[in-house]
Amino acid sequence: MSSQVRKRLEIFFFVAPALVLFALFVVVPVIQAGRYSVYRWNGLGPIDNFVGLQNYADALRDQVFTGAVMNNLTIIVLSILIQLPLGLLIALLLNREMKGRTALRVIIFVPYVLAEVVAGVIWLMLLQPRGPVDAIFDALGLGGLKQLWLGDPDIALYTVMFVLTWKYLGLAVILFLAGLQGVPPDLYEAAQIDGASWWQVQRKITIPLLGPTIRTWGFLSMIGSLQLFDMVWILTGGGPANSTMTMATYLINQGTNRSLYGYSSAVAVLVFVISLVLAAIYQGFVLRRDAQDTPRTKKVKR
Amino acid sequence: MTRNRAGSAVALTLSVALLAACTGGTTDNGNDAGSDGEEVTLTWWHNSNAEPGQGYYEQVAADFEAENPGVTIEISALAHADMLTRLNAAFQTGDTPDIYMERGGGELAAHVEAGLTKDISEDAADTIEKLGGTVAAWQVDGQTYALPFSFGLVGFWYNEALFEQAGISEAPETMDDLYAAVDALKAADIEPIAVGAGDGWPAAHYWYYLALRHCSEDVVNNAVAERDFSDPCFVAAGESLQELIEEEPFNTGFLATPAQEGPTSASGLLATGQVAMELAGHWEPGVMQGLTEDGQGLGEDTGWFTFPAVEGGEGDQSAALGGGDAWAVSEGAPDAAVDFVEYLLSDEVQIGFAENDMGLPTNPAANDAVSDPALADLLAIRDEAPYVQLYFDTLFGENIGGAMNDEIVLLFSGGTTPQGIVDAMQAAADQEG
Repeated sequence: MSSQVRKRLEIFFFVAPALVLFALFVVVPVIQAGRYSVYRWNGLGPIDNFVGLQNYADALRDQVFTGAVMNNLTIIVLSILIQLPLGLLIALLLNREMKGRTALRVIIFVPYVLAEVVAGVIWLMLLQPRGPVDAIFDALGLGGLKQLWLGDPDIALYTVMFVLTWKYLGLAVILFLAGLQGVPPDLYEAAQIDGASWWQVQRKITIPLLGPTIRTWGFLSMIGSLQLFDMVWILTGGGPANSTMTMATYLINQGTNRSLYGYSSAVAVLVFVISLVLAAIYQGFVLRRDAQDTPRTKKVKR
Repeated sequence: MTRNRAGSAVALTLSVALLAACTGGTTDNGNDAGSDGEEVTLTWWHNSNAEPGQGYYEQVAADFEAENPGVTIEISALAHADMLTRLNAAFQTGDTPDIYMERGGGELAAHVEAGLTKDISEDAADTIEKLGGTVAAWQVDGQTYALPFSFGLVGFWYNEALFEQAGISEAPETMDDLYAAVDALKAADIEPIAVGAGDGWPAAHYWYYLALRHCSEDVVNNAVAERDFSDPCFVAAGESLQELIEEEPFNTGFLATPAQEGPTSASGLLATGQVAMELAGHWEPGVMQGLTEDGQGLGEDTGWFTFPAVEGGEGDQSAALGGGDAWAVSEGAPDAAVDFVEYLLSDEVQIGFAENDMGLPTNPAANDAVSDPALADLLAIRDEAPYVQLYFDTLFGENIGGAMNDEIVLLFSGGTTPQGIVDAMQAAADQEG
């Protein structure tokens, strides 16, 4: 009994500092944001101008905010459409025995290790008008394809998307490679004996068995796209003409730059809800497959 | 705010010190807290973090300390952006430095409303009288809350050599002249104008100036006071700007160009001779010097002309747009802080400020001390202008100002109409109620 008490005390002793910090810097601010979101408040003085849900209505009517939400959704979809096939292809290639495999794996992974801000600043310099990227196009005789990479509202989002792919492809490749280690080699042998082609083996064995890894990566990619901030902030700051605005850059714009703390708290709550809904949908429709057996047996037992 | 609690230990010790100093000051009946040997510590934040400014301000503080025994001044010389960030945090926690910089207008009004800034109308009455009309931008409801120490103008800085190369002999005086210059520069294969639309405000300055040309002083003042932008002259300003944008005079990729950071910024393009002109404030020569390897900027080729006149505009065609920095004292600061701010605006300190080319002095006694020829010219133009309008974004405050600047940038990208700018401003103003 006394050892039980002692154990509990120990647990309390070690967990309390972390819990206090978590409560102070995560839980309390989240609750505060909910409270601020129903007031109009400029960050100074007393919070007394209660406006109910007006801030939420204003946010949903604001074209820049809805545009930012659309940009986030576009980035989610494009990330998966581009990085999934590309990542799979590279992972399958790098999974084969070949010369310089380790070196190639490192090269693919390096951008992911690089700090986001550093990578952003480098790309910002490369993509300047008349900058190194334009020089490469000229040298290749493709001068006609040059664009205002970060200065054209129709192009900038795709430029950002390219840099994001360059940065995050390494993560997908490493995860898929790890997943590939979990595919039993005897399945490949059996397939070979049955006379399956390389393509058939990948399609019927590798990719289905890689399913859980792909679905987990998809979740990570989605969360990353939803909270996208650093890269956009450095490359474009949400511009030109709001064309690369994401929910997070919009938040900073309205909160820090315009001192609309009440309004931006409402936006923060909306961002939270949007993320929660998307995560729940993904959990419900995609990730559920990985835990298929457990819930079903439970249902039967009931 | 919860952050208050976290920093309360620090805040507590500081405020105890401040309180002690404060009560000491008030029982003195407004006399120098330092004169009877009481110990007072003043905190002072400024943004002159490079020589000669930093050293000059250290000297000024030391001189004041010597004259006022018992007063100690703790200086924080911060980079401009850092100072703004730290000031914002300080305003929210209420732990403001005793002496700090205010840009006036709506920002100041918000600080006054929140009870953060001290009313110095009476304590500094003599200095306020000496500074004259410049103080207006730092007044709220007739009371003065800060003393401007530098006030400059926005205008076109241009490269005289490139103008000559394009065969332009005289600086443009009307919009038609400007269009002719743009065509001549284009014909000579020179990009005419750099604008840092990526940062918003440099693009917005065009609209502000065109509004000054289209709207009479009364209309502007009334619009500011009533937060009512329905006068058609504001739409006309947008239409004139749209006309200018359609001429395509701006540098390649101007929507993403920053104002002054790095060689590909608008200032960098002008400093390195890649464009012929840029609309910017009095700080421009200094910024360009920092962006060139030889530290000269455009050197001898630096030219300046005021924003061109708009034919048929109802506004004053020689009114200027500008803004400045002022020293404010936080509410609850010791009385010695007001004395120090007055000392900063004294003839002696302002003359030194001018001699070091730290800005455009506001104390007339320092006018002759400005050594930089470009700044001296600007000073003369400032004092001759019928009136100098404070930057609209500063004037309207962060909310309306931000909405206005964002929408003006959209006009540059073709994403809105002249009416759209007015609508965005009005919507932000109505929201404030």
